[in-house]
Amino acid sequence: MALRVAVLGVGALVMFAIIFFRLWYLEVLSGDKYRQQANNNKVRLVRDSAPRGAIVDRQGRTLVENRSATVIQLRPTSLPDAERLAANRWGQAVGLRLRRPKGHRGSPIPLPPVPFVAGQDLKGRYAALAKVLGVSAQSIHRQVIQQLAITPYAPVTVKTDVPQPVRDYIKERQERFPGVDVKRVFLRRYPYHQLAAQIVGNIGQVSPAELKQAKFRGIPQGTVVGQDGLEYSYDRYLRGRDGLTRIVVDASGNPSRTDIQRQPEAGRQLQLSLDLGLQRTGQDAMAQAGHGLPGGFVALDPTNGQVLALGSYPSFDPSILSRPITQTEYDRRFGASAGAPAYNRAIAGYYPTGSTFKPITALAALTTGIITPETPINDPGCLAVGLAHQQFCNAGKKANGTVSLRSALQVSSDVFFYSLGQNLNGLPHQPLQSWAYALGLGRRTGIDLPGEIKGLIPDRSWRTHINNLERACEKRRKKASCFISDKRDWTVGDNVNLAVGQGDLQATPLQMATAYSTIVNGGRVPRPHLGLRVLDNSGRLLQTLNPGATRRIQINPTYRQAIMDGLHLAASAPGGTSADVFSGWDQNRFPVYGKTGTAQRNGQKDQSWYVAYSYDGTPSHRPIVIAVTVEKGGFGAEAAAPAARLLLSKWFGVKSKFVVGHSATR
Amino acid sequence: MSTTAITDPGSEAAPTPRLPGLLPFDLVLALATIGVMACSLVTLHAATAGGGGYRPDIPGNPNFYVTRQGIYFAVGSLLAIGLSRLDYSRLRELKYGLYGLLMVSILLVLGLGSVAKGAQRSIQLPFFSFQASELGKVLIVLVLSSFVVDRSRRLGARDTTARVMLLALIPAAFVMMQPDLGSSLVYLVIVITVLFVAGTAWQHFAALAALGALAITVVLVAAPAVGVQVVKPYQKDRLTAFLNPTDNPAKQGYQQNQSRIAIGSGEKTGRGNNATQTKLNFLPEHHTDFVFAVVGEQWGFGGAALVLSLYALLIWRGLRILTMSKNLYGALVAGGIVAMMMFQVFVNVGMTIGIMPITGIPLPLMSYGGSSVITTLLALGLLQSIYAQGRRAAAYKGRVLSF
Repeated sequence: MALRVAVLGVGALVMFAIIFFRLWYLEVLSGDKYRQQANNNKVRLVRDSAPRGAIVDRQGRTLVENRSATVIQLRPTSLPDAERLAANRWGQAVGLRLRRPKGHRGSPIPLPPVPFVAGQDLKGRYAALAKVLGVSAQSIHRQVIQQLAITPYAPVTVKTDVPQPVRDYIKERQERFPGVDVKRVFLRRYPYHQLAAQIVGNIGQVSPAELKQAKFRGIPQGTVVGQDGLEYSYDRYLRGRDGLTRIVVDASGNPSRTDIQRQPEAGRQLQLSLDLGLQRTGQDAMAQAGHGLPGGFVALDPTNGQVLALGSYPSFDPSILSRPITQTEYDRRFGASAGAPAYNRAIAGYYPTGSTFKPITALAALTTGIITPETPINDPGCLAVGLAHQQFCNAGKKANGTVSLRSALQVSSDVFFYSLGQNLNGLPHQPLQSWAYALGLGRRTGIDLPGEIKGLIPDRSWRTHINNLERACEKRRKKASCFISDKRDWTVGDNVNLAVGQGDLQATPLQMATAYSTIVNGGRVPRPHLGLRVLDNSGRLLQTLNPGATRRIQINPTYRQAIMDGLHLAASAPGGTSADVFSGWDQNRFPVYGKTGTAQRNGQKDQSWYVAYSYDGTPSHRPIVIAVTVEKGGFGAEAAAPAARLLLSKWFGVKSKFVVGHSATR
Repeated sequence: MSTTAITDPGSEAAPTPRLPGLLPFDLVLALATIGVMACSLVTLHAATAGGGGYRPDIPGNPNFYVTRQGIYFAVGSLLAIGLSRLDYSRLRELKYGLYGLLMVSILLVLGLGSVAKGAQRSIQLPFFSFQASELGKVLIVLVLSSFVVDRSRRLGARDTTARVMLLALIPAAFVMMQPDLGSSLVYLVIVITVLFVAGTAWQHFAALAALGALAITVVLVAAPAVGVQVVKPYQKDRLTAFLNPTDNPAKQGYQQNQSRIAIGSGEKTGRGNNATQTKLNFLPEHHTDFVFAVVGEQWGFGGAALVLSLYALLIWRGLRILTMSKNLYGALVAGGIVAMMMFQVFVNVGMTIGIMPITGIPLPLMSYGGSSVITTLLALGLLQSIYAQGRRAAAYKGRVLSF
């Protein structure tokens, strides 16, 4: 008995020893670790989204502003792992499908079913929320899967713009909607709807790929950033800084104490060089002169590169994109059949320029000494070029007789410039191409918008390059043709075509406006830009934006004068290609220097171009360069030039008159 | 004994016969009991009353748990004092009645008990819910001791061990069906300790251990394989989760993790009013099963050590009373009670510090709950009775009964 009692006693001793050692280990040796965990347990950091800055035009008219909206979000941590896994798998499958070439993608990847997790009635949760929001449970599931596939840790927005009663209902019954957050967010509002839609761009949650860019480094997932247009370019000014609230929560997530750590900081205002009045006139003019055909226009201040108007037709109302939109609806509104309204033709249109290229040819020919401003060339209507005596003719084989540079520009004599192209082809370093490049073609102008294209100046090495590509492709794919090129070598005919802006040349209206501005400036290449100033919320100046360095090229003032004279004759003198468009125009006060262009495109109706320069009284007063193009618009004087006249009328505040010209020249 | 003729005339401290009404009591045991009860009230107040910007557990009635626990203490103490003044040996004669009471109450709970948190453990009375398995802990000590004493001459026989085991396993099985795994384990520990103290042969224990191992294998491995679930899956998860609590912090391991964080965050001297694990409800069941974690968080190592010392005192006094008992019955009852206390303290505290599985065993006297509190106080009353009777017998006989 005594032994057995002793055994019990020893048992008790051992038991207490174990407990004491363990307590010592927990509380004294690793106490600070657990203290830390206990503190983490109770604190939750909540972000309060900051309003983005507004975008205003040069007069301070608001182009983009904010409105607050209530959104219903689901916290991803509240969702079962199975749902997050399903989203991940679905995202990968969709990604694989999208990587396949179009036409070989197969059927779309179906949405996975709502996973069943014992103890967590996800379907029931979705259904309860769906009933209150007036949507279907399946659509909530779709939102969750699609958004989690892109941003796995950011809150899932289930519905945007929820009315007040629904908001209050959910807020008062939080325990019935686990993981559901009601948040106030700021959405973009566009008071001018379709105006400048392509350059404003849109916003969206930052994607994992974007987070890796230097531009978005260090911002938390789920932050709304600019995705396109100016919203993207000037995101760091517009974005602001989300606020942080530290909430002490109990175990069921109810807040027991809140303290604000950082107030949300609103983004700054961005002032543009854009003139909304001119922008509206431009968009209206495109609709009126282009008869609803797609096109683009640019108005620049040639002296400093400030963009006064820049637009693309057709346009759209960006507020459609401030809310989630289905792929089908997106395709319907933004697809090719809707005229691809999101496509900014002014900076990303691949177009041959037609005769608007001729001043560039003239500059190249004058500088290389092929002609002087007074050199006469006979224009019988056609020119035989090369060994094959290929015929290059004026439009309608119209003979202009003996012309010099000024009159050649005035009447847009193709033969005059054909012969320049022919003569320039044999010279070293391809002066025609290098002058085009110097004036800003074949390279980005550096405008502060994403998505600008380089365009193309065709030359000998480019042709060799694409021929090589074509041959390699044919060999690899064992096909007769890959349609990259026709394997033809560079000929003098290519240069003749380029001299009048036809053939393989690709340039944007913005590049043409920049090239003309350079000639107007006598050699300074302006850097087009839209962003002018950064203002605080009350409109005080914080920073003047620096558009970046400009280039300079050497242009002989005599040559410049000859070209300018020719351009002015074309827009004002009898026989000038756009003179009839400017009938009744006060050429003394607002002299117009303009060149029509008619680009021939394979199998399509000609593309109408017009590039013009004008000012009010003296060249330093309200100078403006306008480039307009209308796809399939016909001759330059038919569509583009009348639109340009409307723009100039608006700019100078004179009575506008819509005149269609009759010049059938290229 | 009343004759003092042979005592030394100079001595005045002659043993005088005591009156039956003035029984002695174990002061240390009584103080330790009062100490634990005081700790319980203070801890419950800290855990449930809120204040200092925290919400009380019962809004509008912050002292709900403290008041009710106080009432349980008062009722239990009165009963215990009453019991300690009686001769426990009389209870031996009531063994069939007590066993009947034990079985009837357990079956009643199974039949018409109310369901709380998925388990049917108590009968709802007007004032409180009566948890039969708690009272059963004391009853089984008394009953088993009686049967062992009856067979004390044949302790070496195998059928004695087998019968006593069977007597205990029947109520244990019913309690397990409620399901209340923890209490049935307590019954098991009690029967083994009673047999052990009585002097059952070591070989029998070895055989029991072998049988136990076999039973566990059947229950956990073989039976699920043929589709019979003896232990509910959540019980199995709980029993095994403590081995790897961080495997699944959201589910089975959650309580244990939070409890460990609570105790660990207490460090040496505790977090006082910043005990957020308890006050923001991260620590579940902080007034019942995990009350020790509250002590650990609120008062740190110091507080936990104090409470444990009080329990050590209780157990030491229990063992001492075991040796002082006037008869075998008292020794067995004391042994059973000590085993019951020890096991419950070890498993409960072990559970809060992550070295024992979660079994739903309350911490005697600390955890909130009428049945448990009153049962424990009755057990302590019995110990006092054994002490008193032993002292009186010693006074009368001049020696402590020894075997």
